[in-house]
This record gives sequence, structure tokens and C-alpha cells, in this order.
Amino acid sequence: MTAPGAVWVYAERHGDSFPPVSLEILGHARSVADALGTKLVALTVGADGAPARSLARYGADEVVTVEHPLLERYDTKLFTDLLESELRPADPSVLLLGATRNGQDLAGRLAVRLRTGLTAHVTSLEVDREKHLVGWVPGFGGGIEAGVVCPNRRPAIVTVRPGVFPTPEPRGSSTAVRVVRPTLDETSFGSRRVAFEPKGFSVDLTRSEVLVVGGRGTDGDFGRLQRLAHCIGGEVGATRVATDSGWVERERMIGQTGVVTRPKVAVILGASGAVQFTVGIEKAGFVIAVNRDPDAPIFEAADLGIVGDLGPIVDKLVEALGEA
Amino acid sequence: MRSVVCLKVVPRPEEVRVNLEAKTLERSGVRSVINPADLNALETALAIRDRYGGRVTVLSMGPPSFEPYLRVAIAVGADEAVLLSDRAFGGADTLATSYTLAQGIQAIGGADLVLCGDESSDGGTSQVPQGIAEWLDAAQATYVDRLEVPREGILRARRLLEDGTETLEVSLPAVVSVLGGANEVRFIDYDRWAMAEQASIRVIDAVELGADRASLGLPGSPTVVAGLREVRKPGRRHEVLTLEPGVAAARLAEELRRLGVART
Repeated sequence: MTAPGAVWVYAERHGDSFPPVSLEILGHARSVADALGTKLVALTVGADGAPARSLARYGADEVVTVEHPLLERYDTKLFTDLLESELRPADPSVLLLGATRNGQDLAGRLAVRLRTGLTAHVTSLEVDREKHLVGWVPGFGGGIEAGVVCPNRRPAIVTVRPGVFPTPEPRGSSTAVRVVRPTLDETSFGSRRVAFEPKGFSVDLTRSEVLVVGGRGTDGDFGRLQRLAHCIGGEVGATRVATDSGWVERERMIGQTGVVTRPKVAVILGASGAVQFTVGIEKAGFVIAVNRDPDAPIFEAADLGIVGDLGPIVDKLVEALGEA
Repeated sequence: MRSVVCLKVVPRPEEVRVNLEAKTLERSGVRSVINPADLNALETALAIRDRYGGRVTVLSMGPPSFEPYLRVAIAVGADEAVLLSDRAFGGADTLATSYTLAQGIQAIGGADLVLCGDESSDGGTSQVPQGIAEWLDAAQATYVDRLEVPREGILRARRLLEDGTETLEVSLPAVVSVLGGANEVRFIDYDRWAMAEQASIRVIDAVELGADRASLGLPGSPTVVAGLREVRKPGRRHEVLTLEPGVAAARLAEELRRLGVART
């Protein structure tokens, strides 16, 4: 058993694979553990152990895999119970989770179970002079971020936005894997799954090199954005206003409540540029913005800004790119 | 079905100013609104009541100045409103907030169903609903866009996840977080407006709540804001041009070709 005070990463699974954020936080957690002078432990829960062994190549000092044939799907009560029984005796200083829907479902419940502090949706992590983990959370309305610490209780639970850290490369050497086999039956679950419809197609904007992003100013005409995206080999993204209005799927939402992207080029159309959105494009290589309002804050976040009506501009741009 | 909807009153984000030297948010003169996702939670509760009967109570935590927002919720259709108000509740993080709200729900006789918005627009953590569920030892379903009661004592919830749509059944009592934009919120019923203005709003302070003082507000909050800083903005070129559409399009095409993303 790893000594108390270690950094633990909960690597969420989707069946046999890990969503990118699980590996992103594990890769980054190595430097957090080093800065705290402690061990790094990766924890995963699932029906079989094969994925856990692939996890062992991403820099952890120990991998803990909780395995049982019934652990095919996530369940709040069961996963909270399982993590609690691993974490209480291990007494880690930090627990990192990906800020996915189920990651947040679990983190919020587990933090109260353990009576500890939770910092949600962080976009960067630092270790301060007192050796406390500082999670930086953007927002608060005006281009600022808050550094949150949990100095007197542990573990400090932190959820990290997908896409903020790069995906690590697997290494040759692999770590020891500790297998935990709990005794479970149907009564261990708090819910019954009556249906699951996997997404027919899935888009992961954190992987896109080129993005065409629409906001309120598009008035919902995402067909036009789709045409431009097609011309430049990009994917379509959106602000929260656009997804809340039902103009485009929620998974295309960029920003604090969506995904943080790192494309080579982002073309932002008709978005005012609230910080909750711009946090999702600040890692872009080059940002182009088109907006009718010359005072829109989006221009502060852009390399090249065009003041004008996006409709005719985009139509003529598609024409110009198509001709060549 | 006895439902409690947790409402948060949030400042309009575009009006909040930051004093970076004092490391504080300047909220004076800033107008507030009911957190948008919480209105979707209210609409869900009203739809459940319309279909299965019962009662809808809205619950908020904050200063007495929040009362008018609770009256709006009554005008929209809630049966009653409760405000948890005490200086001792101030400075609460998610642990203390979820504790206080859970205590409030118990103080008014408990609930079969607790509904919250999935997150608050003022830098919220989207972790409070799960916390309330744990304090109440209730089932939970988060990121829900559809809810029904197929059988007595059972709640069926549809959750939208990154890799698909999951439909769960849990036993009541349960706490549900409703996705922002999950439904169309009904308008204020102006026939109810006069009644809402007259309605008495129950205010509960820390003494009446009978809660563990050490778990409330700042003392009950393990997380601390250690610092505020300006979001590090990457160095951008900030070239802003006002151009006719044709000229603008040509300029953008040139830039996109230079960046190597357009066919040349």
C-alpha cells in the first residue's frame, strides 16, 4: 500500500477504453506528485483488468484496479462506496478526476462523503510554497481566475476540464498493478439502467486542428458555418448560447462549461467573447473573429478581427475558397 | 409528490467588476437574475406536479434581498417559497452550501424530489446537487433532460452523457440536476402575480435550522480562495479591421491560406 499523502488520479473508463481526459490528468499529475514530493497512484474501476494494464504505462507509481463483472457501467452509489473504501485507508493528499458528466457526478458525492473540499472545472494546477495544490478556476465574470486551495482536509478533490493538458505518450516500462476484487451483487447499485443509446457519431473538439465556432450572432444559421468548416477542413463548435438555443448539439459547446480546445486555427463568428467562452479558445494557435459590434470583447482574444455582418462575409469567403 | 427546487440568485456576469488589487468582486449596483438552469429545474418540477399532483416549494439561501426572486418563482407557479438567511451562512463553498440546503430541506419536512439546475452561471461548480443528495442519503441523477414517475416511489431520469444517453430508474427520495436549456420555462402567470406579491415567504435562520454551526458558512468550507489573477491571455496580434464583406472575405481567405488550412 502506498504511503499516505500520495496524489491519486481516478481514471474514468468508457467500457474498455479511457476517455482522453483520464490520460491527460494522469500525465500531468506526475509533475504534481513530484512537486509535492509524493507518489502517484492511478485508480480505475471496471469489469475487467486489461485496460488497467495499459494504464500502467503512463507514469504512475502504482495502478489500482477495482474489478468485478458487474462493474460494466457507472453507478453513483456503487462507485462512491468503492472509491471511499480505497481512499479512506490510503489517505491521499489529492484526488484528481476528469470534469466529465460522470466524473462530476462522482466527485460531488464523494467530496461530501469524505467531508472534504472540492475544486471544480480547473484549467491549471500549481503547487504553492506551502505545498498545497492550487486549482485555478476561470470565470467570475471578468477575465479573471481564482486559485482555490483545500489546506486543512484531505484529499483535496479537484476536477479538471478535458483538453487542458496534453495527452501523454505511453512509456516502455510499466508499473505494478494491484487488483481489488470487491464482493458485489445487484443490491450494491443505487440505480437501474433501463436504456442506453450510444451516440451514433461523436465529435471531440479537443482533437480538432481547425474550428469554426458560432455564437448568438449567427442567429442559428449553422449550415453556413458547416459550409465554411467543410472548405477549411474544420469542425463546427459553438458558444453556450448557441447550444442552449438548440442550434447545434451540446457536445460542440466550447468554454468553461464545454470543452477547452487547442486548434491551430479558430474562426469565431458572432460570439461576443465572454470569458466563460474565451477560456475555451485561448490555447488556439491563431484566432480570427467576425462580429458586428466593434467593441465586442472577442476582439481582445483575436489575432485578426473583422467588424461586419458575418452572413455576407462568410458566404463570400466560402465562394473565394471554393474558387481556388 | 413533494418537490423542492433549489434556486440560486446570481449576479449578471457581464456586470461584475473585479478589483484585482483588493482581490475582490465588486457586486454593488450589479443586477441579479435567477440562475437560468434553476428555472429549467423549476419548470421540470411544475410539469411533474401538473402530471402527478403534489406541491412545489422553492428554496434559496441568501440575504433578504433575494425575496423578490422567490416571488417571481411563485408567480411562475411554485406553491411556496423558503429563504435560508443568516450571516452565518455566508462564504460557503460547495460542502457548506450543500449542507445548509440539505438542512433546510429537512427543516421544512423533507422532500420526495429535490431539483436543482445543473450548474450556476456565476462560476458555479455544478457539485451542489450531488452534495445535497449525499447529506440527505438520497439517490441522485445528474445532467437530466427528462423526468417521469413510472411507478409509485420510482423516478425515471434521462441523463445526457458524453458518449450517449442513459435512462436510469432510482427510488425516491432523489436529487436531480436538470440541464440548462432542458425545457422551455413557462411565462409568469399574471393572474398569480398579485398573490405572489402578497405571499408570505418563510425565512429560516441558523438558530431555527438547528444545524451544526461548524458546518455552516466560512467555518464549514474547506476550500479557500488563495488568490485572484487576470486570465493569462496569450499574446494576440489584435488586428481589427472594418471592411466591406467582399474585401473582408478576400482578406480572410488570404489569411487562411497563409495558415495552411485552405486549399490554395
